[in-house]
Amino acid sequence: MNIQNSKKPNGLTRRAFLVRSSASTAVLSMGFGFVPELANAATDGVISPNMYFDLDSDGKVKVYVTKAEMGQHIGTALAQILAEELEVAWEDVSVEYVGYDPRYGFHFTAGSYSVNWTFDLMSRAGAAGRIALIEAAAEKLGGSTADYSVSKGLITGNGQSITYGELAAMGIEPRALDEDEMGAITLKSPDQRTIVGTSVQALDIPAKTRGEAKYAIDAMVDGMVYAMPVTAPVRAGATVKSVDDSAAKDMPGYIKHLIFSDPFGLQTGLVVVVADSYWTANQAAQKLVIDYDLGPNANVSLADIHAEGDRLLADRSAGSLFVNDGDVDTAMAAADQVIEAEFTTGPNLHMQLEPLNATVEIIDGVHHIHTGCQFQTALVGMLGALGITEDKIVIHQYLLGGGFGRRADPDEVFMAVLLAQELGTPVKFLYSREADLHTDFSRPAVNIKLMAGIKDGSIDAWDHLSASAWYFMRAAPANLTPDLSGDPEKLIDVPTISGAEHWYTIPNQRILQFNNAVAQAATPPGVLRSVSAGCQCFAIESFIDEIAAVLDEDPADLRRRMLDGAGKNAGEGPSAGGALRLADSLNSVIERSGYGSEQPENTAIGLASVPSQERINAAWTACAANVTVDKATGEFKVNKLTITTEPGTIINPDGVKAQAMGSAMWGLSLAIKEDPKFENGNHVANNFDVYTPARMSDLPELDIEVVSTDNYPTGMGEPATTVVAPAIANAIFAACGARVRSLPITAAKVLAAMNA
Amino acid sequence: MKTLNVNGESRQVDVADGTPLLWVIRENLAMTGTKFGCGEGLCGACTVHVNGVAVRSCQTSIDALEDGAKITTIEGLHPTNEHPLQLAWIEEQVPQCGYCQSGQIMQAAELLEINPSPTRAEIVEHMSGNLCRCMTYDRIVRAIEKAAG
Repeated sequence: MNIQNSKKPNGLTRRAFLVRSSASTAVLSMGFGFVPELANAATDGVISPNMYFDLDSDGKVKVYVTKAEMGQHIGTALAQILAEELEVAWEDVSVEYVGYDPRYGFHFTAGSYSVNWTFDLMSRAGAAGRIALIEAAAEKLGGSTADYSVSKGLITGNGQSITYGELAAMGIEPRALDEDEMGAITLKSPDQRTIVGTSVQALDIPAKTRGEAKYAIDAMVDGMVYAMPVTAPVRAGATVKSVDDSAAKDMPGYIKHLIFSDPFGLQTGLVVVVADSYWTANQAAQKLVIDYDLGPNANVSLADIHAEGDRLLADRSAGSLFVNDGDVDTAMAAADQVIEAEFTTGPNLHMQLEPLNATVEIIDGVHHIHTGCQFQTALVGMLGALGITEDKIVIHQYLLGGGFGRRADPDEVFMAVLLAQELGTPVKFLYSREADLHTDFSRPAVNIKLMAGIKDGSIDAWDHLSASAWYFMRAAPANLTPDLSGDPEKLIDVPTISGAEHWYTIPNQRILQFNNAVAQAATPPGVLRSVSAGCQCFAIESFIDEIAAVLDEDPADLRRRMLDGAGKNAGEGPSAGGALRLADSLNSVIERSGYGSEQPENTAIGLASVPSQERINAAWTACAANVTVDKATGEFKVNKLTITTEPGTIINPDGVKAQAMGSAMWGLSLAIKEDPKFENGNHVANNFDVYTPARMSDLPELDIEVVSTDNYPTGMGEPATTVVAPAIANAIFAACGARVRSLPITAAKVLAAMNA
Repeated sequence: MKTLNVNGESRQVDVADGTPLLWVIRENLAMTGTKFGCGEGLCGACTVHVNGVAVRSCQTSIDALEDGAKITTIEGLHPTNEHPLQLAWIEEQVPQCGYCQSGQIMQAAELLEINPSPTRAEIVEHMSGNLCRCMTYDRIVRAIEKAAG
């Protein structure tokens, strides 16, 4: 998602960095304060204590992490960045997760942006601490700062030494570094780093092997009751007409039910059961007799959604112009040949393993919210709209039992707050798996039509049309952006088109985006790991191979000659180097996978190369999928995935490798395992028996390479998710000639395509 | 009222008939290492040992447990949390979000009790009922192989 514009990555504007001693304890605290307050910096309460890190008299450093910890070990990575410049021993570093504090700015963890947005900030925060401590040492020991150097928290010079811990114990004069001073700090060059770029063990892992890690579901509050939502038989648009709970009333522990009216309209048709335990609530829920008005979407199926997408793409008039390079219409008209294909995906589900939940306790009017949230800023904004001001909100942030974008929509959290208010008692609002599934904001189903105009053996024109439900239209309409046509009616929804703007050099290129109103109403869209790039890259990378087949050219060669880094594909900022970096990743998987060499019968290797994310946050990722197909049945087996990803500077290589592995398996799962059937206005699946993410038995051989370069870091939460599906599709095509253009790829589809 | 031996301690629980062991452990005994994932025995996040056998605690009714049944949860797997699997899990940096990992470790612990030197195929067969939505399966296999020596 392109949210970078709403938050400058380095947050230094109008602020100065402060280093000071706490008045009451021997702890140094370091953080930003607003410039006008500098004159009073020594006065207690004027600046924020404990903003980015604390340093205590034992030399222990606690780094404050504002990002949600949901499996990416982000706390470890951010602490590594800060510790590197602070110059402390890694063994002395710990992390603490911040719930919500407006002084940190935007609380949002998604889009693989955490390191990209904070690398410079956390580096300078650490460096500012080092500078202030060396100055304090020079003050106490004599001489100038130039006489001193520091390693692992020990400052030496002039034949003397003092530790950071000793300085913390003595206390130091407050030291403010203004914006210019902060900007002038020379950060370490890659060869000077000793912590960044090393695979230190993730700080959150030991507790996760002992059952000690705390997730929001583990929050216990004295006197709390349990509440559980019961969902309507359609995903969106139902209303509850009546509830008969007479069969539940005599159950011991049953308290009551509520018909829940969502003030934001995010969820519809919910009944909430309240009881003294989750199990009682769950059992009572099954005894409710609920009469629904199923609303306008009760007959919508995935086929209807795709039919509406087809209609939009055929008509073209409703398209918003996202990219318009050159003159596509003229080039298409002049083409020797036009190739066309359409691709579809369904409304995929998050199914993070910790069901949605939140626990809320109101103490003296202050709402204590126990949650694992990816988007606290949105949550606080929503609560504000309900009349709950920031001073009445304390967010207790826990580990997330999976996020994958689902916890970027805090609907369960504000509902828990409303329940606590309504019930007048602390409440744990806990979803069943079924309720979690049926209230999910799915990855929007797409129709993507691609057209290529071939001239003199090359792609001269590229037309990309994509129709889906739009995320911002549901979640944040103000973030819809004008399109390139200048028509004020035409808007762009970046989250659901991102990924379409590939890095291949094609002279004439157009991307049109369409809102599918049927999908918008029936399948409220969300952001799911890799967001729309997962769908767009499947279409683009499959289509590249289709074109190569028509041109009778090796798909590797076709990609290489278009990944030339010319023009806009040279990239800029963190993406500098552009398509040439992607070509490097592609060449690596070609070499390692044995692509081009003789394979056993019915076995082939398919390629894909993707930026994975937005152009400003590209992680250069390529995959070679080795697949064997049984031509009689269409059954196929993914034997091996060979993947390379390069996201610029890597903070923790092993952590990045883990993310690449997990997202590659997500890519595999979305490609061949997860079939999001949608009928009669609802997801067909109720649980993991019908919606079936990959299991250990689906694990192919993996060869995953992560490459660090000196470029500014981008992000690693999602990249390999987008590259696997097209690589598998291309391998199947190469093995048996079956081109499957919809996800998931199944044996039946392969068989049908083989006979097409 | 029923008496259970939970991680070596005798615990008395008084819950409604039919209450799954999962909720007895989490809500009545306030031990939260055992996780709720699906409620249908499909994901394995709630895996504990009953008399040494790995079970899905969300599918194990309190009614089905005899008085004195031996329950082992992740908290009781090893007195100092240094079961070979727990150590291997850290060495191999297995967990991502971590939510399924108590169940994974308890399922794997049963395997190593039955079969101290499992083949890769035996590991996959024994573990495929345990879902990891972060899909760190490759490292789970490696950690089990490491713990098995």
